Amino acid sequence: MSKVPAELRYTKSHEWLRALPDGSVEIGITDHAQAALGDLVFVEVPAAGRTLATGDACAVVESVKAASDVYSPLGGEVLAGNEALATQPELVNQDPYGKGWILRLKPSGNAASADLQDATAYAAEVAGD
Amino acid sequence: MMGQRTPLYDLHVAAGARLVDFGGWDLPVNYGSQIEEHRAVRCDAGMFDVSHMCALDLRGTGTRALLAQLLANDIGRLTVPGKALYSCMLRADGGVIDDLIAYFLDEQWFRLVVNAGTAAKDLEWIRERARPAGVSLTPRRDLAMIAVQGPQAQAKALPLLRPACQARAAGLGPFFATPCGEWFVARTGYTGEDGYEIMLPSGGAPAFWNALQAAGVRPCGLGARDTLRLEAGMNLYGSDMDERVSPLESGLAWTVALDGDRDFIGKEALVAERSRGSARKLVGLLLLERGVLRSHQQVVAGDAGSGEVTSGTYSPTLERSIGFARVPAAAAGTVQVDIRGRLVPARIVKLPFVRNGRILVEL
Repeated sequence: MSKVPAELRYTKSHEWLRALPDGSVEIGITDHAQAALGDLVFVEVPAAGRTLATGDACAVVESVKAASDVYSPLGGEVLAGNEALATQPELVNQDPYGKGWILRLKPSGNAASADLQDATAYAAEVAGD
Repeated sequence: MMGQRTPLYDLHVAAGARLVDFGGWDLPVNYGSQIEEHRAVRCDAGMFDVSHMCALDLRGTGTRALLAQLLANDIGRLTVPGKALYSCMLRADGGVIDDLIAYFLDEQWFRLVVNAGTAAKDLEWIRERARPAGVSLTPRRDLAMIAVQGPQAQAKALPLLRPACQARAAGLGPFFATPCGEWFVARTGYTGEDGYEIMLPSGGAPAFWNALQAAGVRPCGLGARDTLRLEAGMNLYGSDMDERVSPLESGLAWTVALDGDRDFIGKEALVAERSRGSARKLVGLLLLERGVLRSHQQVVAGDAGSGEVTSGTYSPTLERSIGFARVPAAAAGTVQVDIRGRLVPARIVKLPFVRNGRILVEL
């Protein structure tokens, strides 16, 4: 069973979103997504300062099996991409909700109003896969 | 739709394997980290459930003559019992029906091992020609097949065989096999490492698999099998060649015995192709920048024209992307590969990339 932390929110395309105390958000891919992709071999993260709209492809995760886009659950300005993933893409496999975060974003709108699922809804969705 | 299941299916499920459809069979693609499985085979020992592959027993005095006609490689090279031969089986126009291994056991008995996805058409093709030759053909779906591969494969697998089999298996040279009662042990594989491919009655397969695992042999899935065979420079039927291409355009000229008087199906077409020169060739590619080669990506080879990646992956041993591509015969040096809309340089290299744990290409 894949892990679905209760405090995060989720997209249908298997990204997670964590609200940080300063109003910014952290984004990554879920445990379910990393397991489906298999061992990651490259991760391309966005540069700080880039402006994203909701649903923009903002990162690429490439595994032994396939390359996939990561979509931004919110619009805003990129504060940082996780540079550690350039040399250690396996962090996404090992710790998808921690050291394997992909980007931090300063949302342009109200992050709370975004169209996201809570952990219960997301867990139910991936259980049906 | 539910695929066919090997005798080890329940063990794979219990081990938490991710299962995929492969040639109509539900098989593990990995049990956890595919890269760790790959490394186990390169550095220690790993095992693969290859029971989906189909063993065919051909028996009768006409078997050698039949195989001389059916196979592009020369079955006449098998003079010592137990010796194996890799060969393509061709259509009259030179297209590849399948690639297979033929084992010479005695003058009345040869065993072929063919791919799962092609087994039905292979059987039909062989049966049509076996019947008039008086050769009997028996698919051995009663056998499971486990490949134990890696530098420690012999040391870990041998003690688990019956004493009588142990002595025979220990004495096998590379590319030799021995029957041992209902078991069959071959020193062959698809990884570029030493090891065995062991056939045994299906009922005994789970216990043998568990014993191998207890001896420290790591279960590996199709994912690792693919990265290992690519590093080893070995073709995959259906990706690197099929009925639309000849072995000469598939990097398999070394397996075709064109010289001499022996006539075989497809020979005339290949002789004609050789005399006019093949238009294309299959080459190894080493990607020079970030990214991963994948099948069907376009390859641009300057004035020589363009071609296509037939297999590609990330190589855990090289920590770079590698692949095979079918390109115009004149292509040489560095080419460009279209990866998700970006042209990335790749160098044409001599295969294999890796053999017996050693990197053989310049990085």
